[in-house]
Amino acid sequence: MSLDNATVRTIANLARIEVPEADLPHLAKELSTILGWVEQLGQVNTEGVAPLASVTGELALPWRADAVTDGAYPDKILANAPEAANGFFLVPKVVE
Amino acid sequence: MSDSAYRVEGQTGTWEVVIGLEVHAQVISKAKLFSGAAADFGALPNSQVSFVDAAFPGMLPVINETCVEQAVRTGLGLKAAINPISVFARKNYFYADLPAGYQISQYDKPIVGEGTVLLDLADGKTRAVGIERLHLEQDAGKSLHDQHPSKSYIDLNRAGVALMEIVSKPDLRSPEEAGAYLRKLRSILRYLGTCDGNMEEGSMRCDINVSVRHPGEPLRTRCEVKNVNSVRFVMQAIEAEATRQVELYESGGTVVQETRLYDPAKGETRSMRSKEHAHDYRYFPDPDLLPLVLAPDFVARIKASLPELPDEKKERFMRDYGLSPYDAGVLVTDRAAADYYEAVAKGRDPKTAANYVMGDLFGALNRTGRTIENPPVAAQALGQLIDRIGDGTLSGRLAKEVFELMVETGKDADALIAEKGLKQVTDTGAIETAIDQVMAANADKVAEYRSGKDKLFGFFVGQVMKATQGKANPALVNDLLKRKLAG
Repeated sequence: MSLDNATVRTIANLARIEVPEADLPHLAKELSTILGWVEQLGQVNTEGVAPLASVTGELALPWRADAVTDGAYPDKILANAPEAANGFFLVPKVVE
Repeated sequence: MSDSAYRVEGQTGTWEVVIGLEVHAQVISKAKLFSGAAADFGALPNSQVSFVDAAFPGMLPVINETCVEQAVRTGLGLKAAINPISVFARKNYFYADLPAGYQISQYDKPIVGEGTVLLDLADGKTRAVGIERLHLEQDAGKSLHDQHPSKSYIDLNRAGVALMEIVSKPDLRSPEEAGAYLRKLRSILRYLGTCDGNMEEGSMRCDINVSVRHPGEPLRTRCEVKNVNSVRFVMQAIEAEATRQVELYESGGTVVQETRLYDPAKGETRSMRSKEHAHDYRYFPDPDLLPLVLAPDFVARIKASLPELPDEKKERFMRDYGLSPYDAGVLVTDRAAADYYEAVAKGRDPKTAANYVMGDLFGALNRTGRTIENPPVAAQALGQLIDRIGDGTLSGRLAKEVFELMVETGKDADALIAEKGLKQVTDTGAIETAIDQVMAANADKVAEYRSGKDKLFGFFVGQVMKATQGKANPALVNDLLKRKLAG
């Protein structure tokens, strides 16, 4: 599978990464190479093999009891915020 | 359905409306879906947030067993298939109140599959609406846009709270059916105790998929109206959106699949342009979470603990109490109201009980702003009042008067009857005296009656009741009056 410039532009937009037009051909080639490498898996015959969710095999999803055991530290939550006030994160205005 | 079907009449013909609803119902639990932070509302901003909810690096989600149980319980209540294996997936998008940049949701393998909701229609009939699926997902945080000219305020307390997204099949055909579906779904969720169903407070939110077509045509393109927060607005939004689509087709245009918002003030929907490019969510299985596997005995245990649900209760009320489908449907909508009714009806005439609960009591609740959990007249007290009708102490009319006094004073029926001397007069002598007085004072009318003006009978009944302050037994008054007037 090979990606064209337009697809790379879309992917970059979805990931909110600003990519200059001039870099698109180079990135398209690089990403296409990665996809090609992964596509080798398609050669393996997986007829009748169930999808694998985890390589740990035996492990089951751990469950927690419904109890309040965490939270109540707003200062720690906000510690890395570039801007905060009155307990809220402040971000550039996002309105519909 | 065919003769009473809802249709939009256009310039070029008749249009049918096709509706599917996606309801986000907040799960009742103490902690969040994947963290130990509290899930209730009203706390100070960001005080109920764990590092998992705020998506700090390296934090791992661990699923809350009660949230799983609530989803299964809801699935069983919707007569739906429970999937023994389901998978959590990441739904990727950027928004300021979604710290991880993705929402943990379920995509192609939801916890609950196809089910059914029975609509109770106005004519007492029912109609089945298909449920497509129910899945578990995280709620996002809350953004406040009106606190600052150039900033949005973000509170993550709600981020990570468990939601059930309940998706209907496109089986609904009118705003009324959509309203009936939402009310029924809410009633089932409240019976199950899995969601409080408060649309005003946002614990139940609704997205509406609407398309129109000429009857018999295949489905046309749909639009999604997002985040409508009351049953009334859902019904209005469907009407507005259907009308818009019909006008668009008829003026030569086409409907584009898009997300829209309903503006209740203007009564119209408008496009959410900002979402135009946001539809590629790039779902993939969440590598932090193994598949959710439900043991058969886990599901069986929940099934065994299900309460009697509205549909079964309605059947029982019709069967055991001889109520009409409509009355039974109204009484079972709310579990507390159904319990109240049963306490009143036990050992008494079930229809009198139904009339008092649905008429006088519900009226009093509306008037006083109180709830069925905290009624102005307790079920036991209403029962005693009905007993006083049964044993002839009160006429139906006096009983209504006593009921109003009970609402006002909080006293019971017997106390009020004694205090106000409201006991019905069944003493024929006293009633005869009153009749004689009325006849003497209205000799001209007596003559008219006797010359054939039968309609005056009602006048005499009224006068006698007035003379006895409404306390005379109406049946006795009728009998005695007839005899005396006949001469």
